[in-house]
Amino acid sequence: MSYAHLDPIAASLFSLLAIASLLLSFIMLGSRWLRDYLLAFTLQSWLIALLSAAVGYTAGYPELYLIALLTVLFRGLLLPYLILRIIRRLKVDRELHLSLSPSASLVIGALLVVFAFVVATHMGNRLGLAGSVTVLALTVMLSMKLIGFLMLAVRHEAISQILGLLELENGIFLGSQILVPGMPLLIELVILFDLLIVVASFGVLVRYLLTHVGSTDSRELRRLTG
Amino acid sequence: MTGALLLLLVLSPTVAAAGCLILRRPRWCEGLNLAAAAVSLLVALALPPLALGGPRLYWQTYVRLDAAGAWTILCTAVVYFLASLYAVGYMRLLDEDRRLPRFYALFAAFACTMLAAPLMNNIGVYWIAVELTTLVSTFLVGFELGRESIEAAWKYIIVVSAGISLALLGTLLFYWGGSLVAGPTYDMTWEVLQGLAPRIDPVLLDTAFLLVLIGYGTKVGLAPMHTWLPDAHSEGPAPVSAMLSGALLNTAMLGILRFLGVLDPAHGDLLPRTVLVALGAFSLLVAALFIVRQQGIKRLMAYSSVEHMGVLALAFGFGGPLGIAGGLYHMLNHSLNKSLMFFGAGNVMRGYGSKEIPAIRHVLSIYPRSGLLWLAGAVAITGAPPFGLFLSEITILRAGLAGPNAWAVAIMLVLLIVIFIGFLNHFRLMYFDDRGPLPAAAKPLSAWCVAPMILAIIPLLVLGLWWPQAFWHFFAIVAQQLRGGT
Repeated sequence: MSYAHLDPIAASLFSLLAIASLLLSFIMLGSRWLRDYLLAFTLQSWLIALLSAAVGYTAGYPELYLIALLTVLFRGLLLPYLILRIIRRLKVDRELHLSLSPSASLVIGALLVVFAFVVATHMGNRLGLAGSVTVLALTVMLSMKLIGFLMLAVRHEAISQILGLLELENGIFLGSQILVPGMPLLIELVILFDLLIVVASFGVLVRYLLTHVGSTDSRELRRLTG
Repeated sequence: MTGALLLLLVLSPTVAAAGCLILRRPRWCEGLNLAAAAVSLLVALALPPLALGGPRLYWQTYVRLDAAGAWTILCTAVVYFLASLYAVGYMRLLDEDRRLPRFYALFAAFACTMLAAPLMNNIGVYWIAVELTTLVSTFLVGFELGRESIEAAWKYIIVVSAGISLALLGTLLFYWGGSLVAGPTYDMTWEVLQGLAPRIDPVLLDTAFLLVLIGYGTKVGLAPMHTWLPDAHSEGPAPVSAMLSGALLNTAMLGILRFLGVLDPAHGDLLPRTVLVALGAFSLLVAALFIVRQQGIKRLMAYSSVEHMGVLALAFGFGGPLGIAGGLYHMLNHSLNKSLMFFGAGNVMRGYGSKEIPAIRHVLSIYPRSGLLWLAGAVAITGAPPFGLFLSEITILRAGLAGPNAWAVAIMLVLLIVIFIGFLNHFRLMYFDDRGPLPAAAKPLSAWCVAPMILAIIPLLVLGLWWPQAFWHFFAIVAQQLRGGT
């Protein structure tokens, strides 16, 4: 999809939504409260739904409205509700042991965004798309991906890791709305359902962890080595 | 006709899974699962000849049967059948009759996802099928509900899901690259992508491929993304370990192989192959280091899987008709052999009540017959003649010498010898070390636990002595189809 002749208002709206989503992932990095993570993830999902609808309207893909609706339903309402239930049942409200302080993770997150920007610019230049909203989408997608991996690496609560995984998928989701809005509907639908299965099975696993291991801190999981 | 066969292939485990959940009687579930496995195996045996005439499409082109897919399905079905036989004997030993229906339902569902994944024509749907295999098998890995098995299941789902999301990103970039030349909406099937690839910017193509390689490589267990593999393989029940190692890893490897086929005709760039070869060589190195110092018997087998996936990566990275032939032959041999090894490890673990190699001594005094089979399997898995893996590894070495990455052949040779010594040293201690105490006599094994080992070693020996001409022909056609020919 090329956006060479995109309406400037639409282009700035896309950019605004993409950058707002990126900022929300920094809220996740900068906090140690699980509810903050959840809130940031929920808001991010709503923004992505808005973005789908906006892209659908501007570029003329009516099926994106459906995607937007499904995103709100699953990622904006159902997933947060399920995770909130797990948080309540676990009675854990924050990261107890941080291997990287919030401020240090923010700095590393910023460096990752710079890296993503360099990669995206390089690719944009090669493909003759420099300066367009496409480069921004690539940047945001790669940054959210890297920040998700950072979350997985430095946060140890089971819930943080689930949210880190969902953050990875959100990045792909956001990027796909702008880069390939015409991607066959089937794929995106199945990805939505796939995510639902992920969270369901994670719920079971968290319960197992709690009953058998007695804690949901993944640092307890270090018996298998070598 | 072939469409009906494919339907039967996927439906029989599905029906078995549903039946297990409805009937809830342990003995019936065993039978159902075994029957489904037998049907799948019969169908899978018939598939490779049907794929010879070029890829065939079914159900509005969602399903595609090609030669490489048929071969992977055959490997999966063989392991599924052997593991189902073995599960009957092994799961009775666990004394968990109440949970058996759930086990067999998950087991059949796991087999179903693995049999279906190679048939997916749409690249996105293939990704979803591979992700589904993870979700189902997580519960099988954690089935024993012990501390360690839950830990293994958790690591498995987190590491593999995170890794495979990179494959999705790569797939997205492929689609995006295609949309720049073919317009925003098209069906991303293997064939379409192959047609578009020459017109996509090579840098974008390489980036997308590297992401896909890391993503599916996590699932294949290539080092350094292998961290989940030893835990998951060692903590699940033995039949599940056999399925993970002998079938699941191949299913993900097929994705890498097909993407290589997309890239190859597009541009002559060596980078993708070199990276694959480097990952394979590094997997061999990591496996060699951990095999030499290993204490856990099933972890030893798991690192041997890392080794053999490394060998497969080298084979497909070397490429050419010879590399593909050696790789596919190796895939089948490894599936047979690794099932045998996990069955033997399961028997020994039950007999000695321990997973630790130092606790296992004088195996032959307890298990004279199945012990011998396991020892023969150990000789085979290290690539010694007269078994199948010897032939396939020699073929892969020859393929490497012919290609541009000949440096890897020397590394592969040295590491294979290190692994041969390290692996067999553990078996020397377990079988012939005189210092250990003589173990108390264990309960004799039921025929269910020994028969699948015999069934695995016979074809392994035959394939080692005789490489059928028909196989050469078939592998040549696979290589041709992967490059887009018919």
